[in-house]
Amino acid sequence: MIGDWLDIGALAEIPARGARTIAVAGGEEIAVFRTGDDRVFALVNRCPHKHGPLSQGIVHGHAVACPLHNWRISLETGHALGEDKGCTPTIPVRVDAGRVLIARMAALATAMAA
Amino acid sequence: MGFQVGSIGKAEAAEDAAVGSREHLVVIGNGMAGCRAVEELLAREPGRYRVTIFGAEALVNYNRIMLSPVLAGEKTFDQIVINDHDWYEGNGIRLITGDPVIAVDRETRTVRSESGVELGYDKLLIATGSDPFIIPVPGHDLPGVISFRDMRDVEHMLRAAESGGDAVVIGGGLLGLEAAHGLTLRGMKVTVIHLMGTLMERQLDEAAGWLLKSALESRGQTILTKADTAEIVGTGHVEGVRLKDGTLIPASLVVMAVGIRPSVALARSAGLDVGRGIKVDDHMVTSDPDVLAVGECVEHDGQVYGLVAPLWEMCRALADGLVDRPSGYRGSVTSTKLKVSGIDVFSAGDFSGGDGAEDIVLRDASRGIYKRVVVRDDRIVGAVLYGDTADGNWYFDLLKKREDIAPIRDNLIFGQAYALGGGQADPKAAVAALSDDAEICGCNGVSKAKVVQSIVDGAVSLDAVRSTCKASASCGSCTNIVEQLLSMTLGADYGGERTVKTLCKCTSFAHEDVRREIVAQEMRSIPEVMQKLHWSTPDGCSACRPALNYYLLCALPGDYVDDQQSRFVNERMHANIQKDGTYSVVPRMWGGLTNPRELRAIADVVEKFNAPMVKVTGGQRLDIFGIKKEDLPAVWADLNAAGMVSGHAYGKSLRTVKTCVGSDWCRFGTQDSTGLGVKIEQMTWGSWMPHKFKIAVSGCPRNCAEATIKDFGIVCVDSGYELHIGGNGGIKVRATDLLCKVTTEEEAMHYCAAFIQLYREEARYLDRTAPWLERVGLDYIKSRVVEDAEGRDALAARFLYSQRFCQDDPWAARAQGSEREQHAHLGEFRPLALEAAE
Ligand code: SRM
Ligand SMILES: Cc1cc2nc3c(=O)[nH]c(=O)nc-3n(C[C@H](O)[C@H](O)[C@H](O)COP(=O)(O)OP(=O)(O)OC[C@H]3O[C@@H](n4cnc5c(N)ncnc54)[C@H](O)[C@@H]3O)c2cc1C
Ligand code: SF4
Ligand code: FES
Repeated sequence: MIGDWLDIGALAEIPARGARTIAVAGGEEIAVFRTGDDRVFALVNRCPHKHGPLSQGIVHGHAVACPLHNWRISLETGHALGEDKGCTPTIPVRVDAGRVLIARMAALATAMAA
Repeated sequence: MGFQVGSIGKAEAAEDAAVGSREHLVVIGNGMAGCRAVEELLAREPGRYRVTIFGAEALVNYNRIMLSPVLAGEKTFDQIVINDHDWYEGNGIRLITGDPVIAVDRETRTVRSESGVELGYDKLLIATGSDPFIIPVPGHDLPGVISFRDMRDVEHMLRAAESGGDAVVIGGGLLGLEAAHGLTLRGMKVTVIHLMGTLMERQLDEAAGWLLKSALESRGQTILTKADTAEIVGTGHVEGVRLKDGTLIPASLVVMAVGIRPSVALARSAGLDVGRGIKVDDHMVTSDPDVLAVGECVEHDGQVYGLVAPLWEMCRALADGLVDRPSGYRGSVTSTKLKVSGIDVFSAGDFSGGDGAEDIVLRDASRGIYKRVVVRDDRIVGAVLYGDTADGNWYFDLLKKREDIAPIRDNLIFGQAYALGGGQADPKAAVAALSDDAEICGCNGVSKAKVVQSIVDGAVSLDAVRSTCKASASCGSCTNIVEQLLSMTLGADYGGERTVKTLCKCTSFAHEDVRREIVAQEMRSIPEVMQKLHWSTPDGCSACRPALNYYLLCALPGDYVDDQQSRFVNERMHANIQKDGTYSVVPRMWGGLTNPRELRAIADVVEKFNAPMVKVTGGQRLDIFGIKKEDLPAVWADLNAAGMVSGHAYGKSLRTVKTCVGSDWCRFGTQDSTGLGVKIEQMTWGSWMPHKFKIAVSGCPRNCAEATIKDFGIVCVDSGYELHIGGNGGIKVRATDLLCKVTTEEEAMHYCAAFIQLYREEARYLDRTAPWLERVGLDYIKSRVVEDAEGRDALAARFLYSQRFCQDDPWAARAQGSEREQHAHLGEFRPLALEAAE
């Protein structure tokens, strides 16, 4: 659904290999990641382990190392990598002409459900 | 130039409309796609359509991608013409140039040009290409600010270059770099301003981008990355570009090459379906069955393209459809090459890796080569090549054909010749196949024969080879090959070695090797280290990035620009993350002393920000818990206002200097332990270290400050100061060793500085002093800090020098708004109900 993409800001506002958050009133925070190769990914900002804020982890490749206990979470699928088991919901997001667009309904539905 | 063609008059147009019974195909856009489509059509059924082409440019069809070589002086315009007048005439095509079409009426099936020509069509083909994007900063419309899209732009640049001077190119993508290259060759002094951290970030990864940047800089260009244009200044003509950080770069010419947008205005006003581009189906038909579109102006299956290869494929499908033999276009995978002579860059497909994708990386630092092939499920999905692009097309071919590469995987990265050469499946075969005089170690110029000879002569381990023939003794990049030679020569006798613990899985180097090479090769950035030391991953991992960041910081005090994204959250946020995602804040209390002003400020912060807990720490200061990320800058501002700075309770850095009351009050005190503690904390605070570092000063051997379990502990005695090192009260308790005894406070501080610097320069990242001391031995540390007076002075001097750049309170800057993005949300969603109601 094309009309449902919401512009949340410029790509340049997210540090490369970093993340920014989106507050959702009454719901979970969303973390929007930018990788070293300038791809963006959005996940609920909550580690499947003990709810660490993934936005604060070290981003490498297409994964983030959780700041609390260093689980590695795939930015593409939200799944924990390696030995660990668990999954964080992901939200469709894309970049167009330097702007970051998020699938609005999906974002809200996911953040409110989580 | 001589290709000018005047537009035709109205009378002529009316006459024209009456002609012929063949269907009339009108093409809007005389560029690469429009003309190619006509060529494809002619190749199929030459007589089927009567063709008219409108072109906004006053020129015949030329090869737009060759504008770069024209600018660089490698080609003339005549050499890049694709179809000259004879072609149009010979094929009965009517060409109307210098006259853009400004309206399409789909009801009456007519088009109208700027000069008023009106023509009817049976089929209409829109091939209007793209418009350069102009960032709307103040001054963007000043004379002298141009884009890089057509021959007029090139002529403008050539005129500007005649008088030399400064040029600024905004945009470090393919176009911008080709413009910068051309202008440099034409004698201008060129600065490239690029918003992102990496040049050509959409085609290149960080490693290749860094190599490219170094190469361009060595050709005299100034490359500014992470640079954001604020305005273009000048009165009457451009005079310079001002960046958001205030820098002013003089320029008599500004080329904006920040991107392109499909040119869709005409199609949109004609009421066609338009997304990012004009929407077309697999046969390049738009939402109107009689209107087709092709080239950069279209959007097919959600994709828009900015390269020519897809256009060729689109044109074939389009022509097949026009002659009723529809084949269908299915989208393209693209590859890019940079056309800058002497710099070879190739990129194709998706090199971003991701789940299930594996990187095969080859780095050859001495030849400036970086190759990365991304493989998923035994198929190549992307490739980035720098320095040696000979195999680019081969990889691209394998990628497009989705060829199973499992059988050649081990040799894939060495290129087609190796991988397919005689079907050698064993990677050792590549080494075996090297001739005797092939150079194995570039640093020391050692041939294969020489390495083999020294192995035969008894050097049966890597170390022995290194010390006899010097192969692999310098940068180490040939270590793999030397090991293969060892195993080939010794056969089963060689069991392999490399017992060294590598820094992490991204490298075969140990911490010590990396540190040594950073200094020896004067490396200056993380991507540089990764390239020169042959990292096997494109951007490292959460283990090596913080380590490299520290090693560089330690090696280049004052020069190295800290990479925030390579720091653990606490050091990036300058606060300690808690299990619920909030932060704790610990302001410094020098030597454990405080006063009413500080206590009041802390109490106020606790109340104002509803901190759920405040606690006295084991480090003699107060810890405020439960602060929200967004509130941190405000908390710091309040603490700063009371004169307090960060306590670095989060850092691999000096934590606290614990003291006891000492001779000022205590009946046993021998010296002013509190005063000395404060002085030492003032000397050492802010310093980044391999791990956290704790100091204590006790006033007598009763040792109330627990100095003998600290990294550096001072126990005051009647005759002076005992200096203790390598203590740890943590996971594994270790009491300190006595380093030596000194008689004055100045000496105690001097030794402390020297010891810290030795630790900073030589310990592995994440080594506390205790395990480091046990590894290197107390005697070694004594020999450097106690016995070698000159060495001690030098160590202390280096420490104090680096402290000049570290003792800025990180909180102060952030309280004032720097690094805002670390704290503030990017945005906010309102509740579902409100959203839906919109
Ligand atoms: C706050 C404090 C406990 C307290 O309430 O007293 C504390 C709290 C933490 N300590 Fe500690 N340590 C505190 C004094 C100590 C001490 C006592 C001291 O410094 O005199 C020790 C033993 C002495 C030593 O370090 O040798 C201590 C040994 C550790 C260790 C084990 C270190 C080791 O080498 O074995 C860790 C884990 C680590 O660093 O990897 C640790 C890690 C931590 C962390 C940072 C855990 C973490 O990573 O989140 C805790 C942070 C909580 C926070 O948000 O503030 N803390 N920690 C103390 C802060 C002191 C300060 O003012 O800066
Ligand atoms: C300097 C430069 C270097 C490049 N290098 C490469 C490269 O190395 N590799 C690569 O693959 N690609 C490269 N490209 C991109 C490549 O040139 C384009 O992908 C290609 O030209 C697109 O073809 P097109 O026909 O869609 O658009 P164009 O070639 O731009 O043709 C569109 C034409 O339509 C005309 N037009 C627009 N509106 C109207 C109107 N209303 N009426 C009449 N005419 C109109 C325009 O004036 C233009 O002449 C480069 C581009 C440039 C500018
Ligand atoms: S002792 Fe353990 S629980 Fe207590 S503060 Fe230190 S790390 Fe946290
Ligand atoms: S909460 Fe993320 S690793 Fe424990």
